[in-house]
Amino acid sequence: MIDLVVDRLYYLVAFLLLGVGTYTMIGSQNLVKKVIGMNVFQTGIFLFFIVTAFVEGGSPPLLTAPEPYVSPLPHVLILTAIVVGVSLTAVALGLIVRIYGEYGTLTEEGIQKVIADE
Amino acid sequence: MNDLPALLVALPILGSVVVLLVGLVRSETGWPIAVVASAVQTAAAVTLAVDAFGSEPVRYVVGGFTAPFGIELVVDGLSATMAVLVAVVALGVLGYARRAGPRSNAFYATYLLLVAGLTGMSITGDVFNMYVFLEITGLAAYALVASGEGGRSARAALKYLLVGTVGASLFLLGIGYAYVATGTLNMADLSAQLAAVGYTSTLVRASFGLLVVGLFVKIAVFPVHTWQPAAYAGAPDTVSGLISALVSTVAAYALIRIVFTVFTVDFLAANEFARTVLVAGAVVSIVLGSVLAVTQREIKRMLAYSSVSQFGLVVGAIAVANGTALTGAMIHLVGHAIMKGGLFLTSGLIAEETGARTVDAYEGLAERTSIGAAAFGVLALAMVGVPPAVGFVGKWYIALGAVEGRAWPLAVVILVSTLLTLAYFARILERIYFRESTGSTAGADTDVDADSGSQTRTAVADGIGTDPVTEPSAVSTGMRATVLAAAVLAVVLGVSAFEYGQLLEPTIQRLLA
Repeated sequence: MIDLVVDRLYYLVAFLLLGVGTYTMIGSQNLVKKVIGMNVFQTGIFLFFIVTAFVEGGSPPLLTAPEPYVSPLPHVLILTAIVVGVSLTAVALGLIVRIYGEYGTLTEEGIQKVIADE
Repeated sequence: MNDLPALLVALPILGSVVVLLVGLVRSETGWPIAVVASAVQTAAAVTLAVDAFGSEPVRYVVGGFTAPFGIELVVDGLSATMAVLVAVVALGVLGYARRAGPRSNAFYATYLLLVAGLTGMSITGDVFNMYVFLEITGLAAYALVASGEGGRSARAALKYLLVGTVGASLFLLGIGYAYVATGTLNMADLSAQLAAVGYTSTLVRASFGLLVVGLFVKIAVFPVHTWQPAAYAGAPDTVSGLISALVSTVAAYALIRIVFTVFTVDFLAANEFARTVLVAGAVVSIVLGSVLAVTQREIKRMLAYSSVSQFGLVVGAIAVANGTALTGAMIHLVGHAIMKGGLFLTSGLIAEETGARTVDAYEGLAERTSIGAAAFGVLALAMVGVPPAVGFVGKWYIALGAVEGRAWPLAVVILVSTLLTLAYFARILERIYFRESTGSTAGADTDVDADSGSQTRTAVADGIGTDPVTEPSAVSTGMRATVLAAAVLAVVLGVSAFEYGQLLEPTIQRLLA
């Protein structure tokens, strides 16, 4: 058990972040917190990818480089994914600004109340 | 080979930038530019499709980095179908958007970005590239849903964004697992490498599960469909027409690509559980989507739940995994795009002409808007699957495939699904043609719960847009023509669907080999 935790610590942390993110997205009433949850969730996936870049005993295809070798491809991919994540966050926050302007509140409950009062 | 595949993706992006730049100088110039970009793209897609339906797919290496290392665009029969469908539907909906849609340049720029994302997803041969296009599609779709006025569309878009991001992230995680297992991202290379790793490896299984669940969210298969009714009902009519026709359709195409090009039928044969999950998703979606559609009072929500049920059929066909069912899946995808897009646009036209947005308000509609009622009738019957419409051919092939594959429970559900579809369309058709109009048009606004009430006002305000001259009868010839064209296409495609099925045969045989 302890071996498993030590061996797979990085993976476990990544999946812990996934769990925390999902829980925040579902459990939180506040829309901004939902977006924060979404960011944590995505970060979990980014970290998972970066951990996979380390290849034990691997070497770069062209040069003889010092050990340990870290594959560049996952880093490049995650760079793209981070850009996507930033755009998503921007759109989400823009939408929240509009929702706040419309209903004057940031929580789901508050919005329901405003609609019910109308 | 020429640069046509790359141009297919680049053209709409270029158009989108031009729209934004011109918008700095003159506002409301987006429409003509979008039409030009869309028309050129349609021509390019058709030209490419002529080559792609041959014995070998068209391959294009992006930037000169050869296949397993660089990104590759692959256009075979399925991708070509999707590329042409996306281009044609986008061009058609533009005809409708001229009068009905939001008119800002930003809207048309986003519109073209959505088209670029969808085309990219259709023709890419690289899984990570597919994820990027999936997110471009998603981002554009969220922004388009939010282009309606009022809080409801913004809330719908945020919900769509949160759920859609989880789906896309799971897809990315699935790609991560596949990458860890094989060290490659190219689809053709992946399928060979995955076979070498072994289909029963936990890593490969986990990758399959995550990819499929991620796409299930994007397709809106039953338990993860919740974003769809809110998004379709909250968006302006033009946008619901466009995204209902294309976004889930291309996601379903992506599922076909992932299951058959990357994991292949051998994977399904080696993992009975994978097939069970697909069948379960299909059956639950078909039945519960229909049941939920019957309980809806708002037309656009009902149409959205109907999509959940119809995509269940496509997922079912993927699970069956034989040639007949796959042909059916492709025909149904194309047919559903035309029919459902047409129905959303028709419901927008009807709302524009009479103010009717609920099932009850459709009573005696035939007297008030003959064109709207006729188009709705034809498209609804096509959806139910009355021959010779395309809805019939798609279902027929899928059902036949299920019988061939001895998937009896699925075959029964597919046949019953026709009755279920009839259950929610028949009551509307009956109201349109066989009932007297009871209330005035104002009945539409009073008879809805608070949330939809605000939407009714919002959507009407949208349709009229910034133009103060337009009255409730602000329906242009373009809108009528688009709606009628969709109705005619739904029937004509049904007649030519058998030939299309034969055209598709070499591609599908290669896919299942």
